[in-house]
Amino acid sequence: MSRFSPGRRSVLAAAASLGLSFALPPLTGRAAERRGAERAKSLLILWMQGGMSQLETFDPHPGTAIGGPTKAVKTSLPGVQFADLLPRTAERADRLNVVRSLTSAEGDHERATYFLKTGYRPDPTVQHPSAGAVAAYASPPEGLEIPAHVALNPAQWAPRGGYLGARFDAFQVHDPGRPPANLRDWAAPARRERRLAGLDALSRSFAAGRPGQLARSRHDEATEEALAMMDSPQVGAFEIDEESAALRAAYGDTRFGRGCLVARRLIETGVRAVEVTLNGFDTHADNFGGMATQAESLDPALAALLDDLTARDLLQSTVVLVMTEFGRTPRINPLDGRDHWPKGFSCLVGGGGLASGRVIGATDPAGEKEPTDPVRVQDLFATVFDTLGIDPEEEEMTPIGRPLKRAEGAPLAALRV
Amino acid sequence: MSFARPSRRWLALAAVGAVCAATFAAAARDVSPGPPPLRDAPDPAAIDGFFHERWTEEDVEPAPAAEELLVLRRLSLALHGTIPSLEEVRAFEADARPDRLTRWTDRLLADRRFAEYWAERLARALVGVHEGNLVLFRRDRFKAWLADRLHRDAPWDETVRRMIAGDGIWTARPEVNFVTAEVENDRLDREALAGRTVRAFLGQRIDCAQCHDHPFAEWSQGDFEGLAAFYGRTAYGLTGVRERTREKGGPKEFAVQDRETLEDRVVAPAVPFAPERLPADYEADSTDRRRALAAWVTHPDNRRFGRATANRAWGLLFGRAWKEPVDDLPDPEPLEPGEAGDLLDRLAASFAGPGEYRLKRLIRTIAASRAFRLSSSAPGTEEAEYERLARAGAVFPLTRLRPEQMIGAMTQAGSVRTLDADSPLFVRAIRFFRTVDFVRNYGDLGEEELIREPGTVPQALLRMNGRLPREIASAQPLGATARLSWFAGPPPRQVEAAFLCTLTRRPTEAETAALAAYYEPGEGKAKAPIEDVYWTLFNAPEFSWNH
Repeated sequence: MSRFSPGRRSVLAAAASLGLSFALPPLTGRAAERRGAERAKSLLILWMQGGMSQLETFDPHPGTAIGGPTKAVKTSLPGVQFADLLPRTAERADRLNVVRSLTSAEGDHERATYFLKTGYRPDPTVQHPSAGAVAAYASPPEGLEIPAHVALNPAQWAPRGGYLGARFDAFQVHDPGRPPANLRDWAAPARRERRLAGLDALSRSFAAGRPGQLARSRHDEATEEALAMMDSPQVGAFEIDEESAALRAAYGDTRFGRGCLVARRLIETGVRAVEVTLNGFDTHADNFGGMATQAESLDPALAALLDDLTARDLLQSTVVLVMTEFGRTPRINPLDGRDHWPKGFSCLVGGGGLASGRVIGATDPAGEKEPTDPVRVQDLFATVFDTLGIDPEEEEMTPIGRPLKRAEGAPLAALRV
Repeated sequence: MSFARPSRRWLALAAVGAVCAATFAAAARDVSPGPPPLRDAPDPAAIDGFFHERWTEEDVEPAPAAEELLVLRRLSLALHGTIPSLEEVRAFEADARPDRLTRWTDRLLADRRFAEYWAERLARALVGVHEGNLVLFRRDRFKAWLADRLHRDAPWDETVRRMIAGDGIWTARPEVNFVTAEVENDRLDREALAGRTVRAFLGQRIDCAQCHDHPFAEWSQGDFEGLAAFYGRTAYGLTGVRERTREKGGPKEFAVQDRETLEDRVVAPAVPFAPERLPADYEADSTDRRRALAAWVTHPDNRRFGRATANRAWGLLFGRAWKEPVDDLPDPEPLEPGEAGDLLDRLAASFAGPGEYRLKRLIRTIAASRAFRLSSSAPGTEEAEYERLARAGAVFPLTRLRPEQMIGAMTQAGSVRTLDADSPLFVRAIRFFRTVDFVRNYGDLGEEELIREPGTVPQALLRMNGRLPREIASAQPLGATARLSWFAGPPPRQVEAAFLCTLTRRPTEAETAALAAYYEPGEGKAKAPIEDVYWTLFNAPEFSWNH
């Protein structure tokens, strides 16, 4: 991170002398130093892309026709079992809650991803913001010089700002653990100052005759924020070199493991919303082999993340969601795979002051009946926003002149403390 | 005597230098494409008349006319998705004959790049941005088909009829991808298809009517279902898209689930207004429902069709639709015989012509209008007054370049010659590869073609530190920056040429002075100051905007 710092002072000075309106970050009260209840809450989503099988993760049905060869292990919750692919996560099941009856009506990857990332089903007339964008918008972090909404290892359909605007799109990092792309300034400080002086002259001449328009475009503001970020020590949060080898090993030396470790560092720094993607769950063929591979990334990373958040007293201020666009069919197809199943799938949710150790809903061991206590996606979103201190009922006026609630559902009473 | 023998490296450099010198010199006085001929002149009088009345009514003084070079930049961005090359700028400036902008509009329209670029832009509204299920939907084939139609200026109403009513397989009859684009969750979503049809061709959003009555216009849920029923017999399979009238021994019907009783209810096709425009031989149980819908949508008396197309074309030329959102137009006001109507009616009239809709005619008319050629700068105005001018269309609107325009502009700025379909293959290959990466970082608006978005931090980072702009600006033998620094002359001349390459205009004295300062010795001087000139121009707000 020190690589970015030499230019900082000189750029601040240059910017000040050019009249660029820098808001100097407050030097006290950094999020990184706050703990427990005094921390502003963050949202951490582990996104299982492709449609994670509930049967090979949080809702196994061993010994039944639908269960397949998957075995179950005891969890730290009495009477609750997870698939044996996730032994370490199972030992920590009491830290979060298990929802086994999530129901949706979207069985297409793109549409279901949209629904599970925004809480709204696709509507061609409006682009809804993802949960992380809402969090960053409704509760802007103070003193943060890096983006408030970050997607680590995003695959297709990274979370977007929707009608809140592109500035709430997730900042995308494609190789977590390494510095994000385009942060390195190729010019030495003195050369940068020359460039900024010239840039200022061009900005001014373009503003002439177009009063107020440059400010509306946020062009210069975005440039200033980018310069501040390039020089900020906070960008160190994107790197993991200074973490111990043991901790890095615990998360797992995988793209997802590194992503989870970076996510913890970002949250600690005060980033409002982080999404880490683990891709590869579309197991239409060889579901069981595929899920074993996925679990090799997921299990150590999730377990290490829960330990790390607990040890650093960050779990009380971080809502953790382990979710996916839909589950997989109870029926095993001739290719030994499972197909798309939005009618009763699982997620983990907890932290942030929610209750813990609860299990909602149960699916039919024969795979025929509807799940008990079904949880609508809308209600899950309302729960998350409510926990983050964001009123789900509050309406936002959209560009098409239609006010929309932050979430269409109601918080789940079963997860209240 | 080896010292006297030039090494191979030097020979190669000398050769490159000679080629560069020749091409730069050619570009400097290039008239090679020749001044384009003038076809029948477009007549923007009706549009100019509309704005004249409007400006008088609103009591505003319109902005002065923009420099013609800047109008050329607008045209090039709107029609080709890129800025003019230095070569084109020189040729344009060498063209001293009157009406050069009109003639250059025709040249841009005749260039294949227009058809390709507009096919992509229009495809977003017509079939969305997703690549979809390759077995049933081929976006690339659809785009190629559309580009062919645009290049030939085939009648737009016919193009639309083929999209709605076409039969066949998605590769051989690419227009049917309009239908298969709505195959979702393993079924053809007929409601979504009806919604898209109305948004794309009538400029109205009835999708809200899917679950409740539309809040703004008189569309109801019943209207929506009636329209969806026109697609009720549309089937798809390995033999392609076709109408299927029978199913399970009975006639194939379109049914929806009643929200009250939760029972299926059969819905017959019905249009929300003007049923007399359906073909005379059409009956509700006809075997070809889609052809009837296509005829109704493109009926010459259907003002919504012309108005919606005109609004979209206006949006693609100005970066902002005349009425926003582009696909949510209010119902047209009734017109007395002989009345010219509002701007969209007048545009639709110039578009429709005698019995056929020609997009190029519409574009030529808009491009020739006074409104299109106004400056975006209104010297001496305060912010409130400027906003008033903007609302009255009395200044050219400022809009952000789309990611592909941004890449197009940067890539073109890196070469003094025009990059077109004839450019060496490797240039295009590199361009394609970089483009994908760039769009991912820059943020694509997807289907929301004409939404204004403020600048973002990743965009700024990409412009300042990204690989593509850095490589383009680096003074390598084949690039523009090296040519400018070698052949353009002293620093002020280099700055001027760089301005022409990036902003399509000459710098003011103050701007020249600010950037020529990069060449002064001292701390922070770059090895090749032209690279910093380019960096600054790429990062200037003016480069990111259509203005």
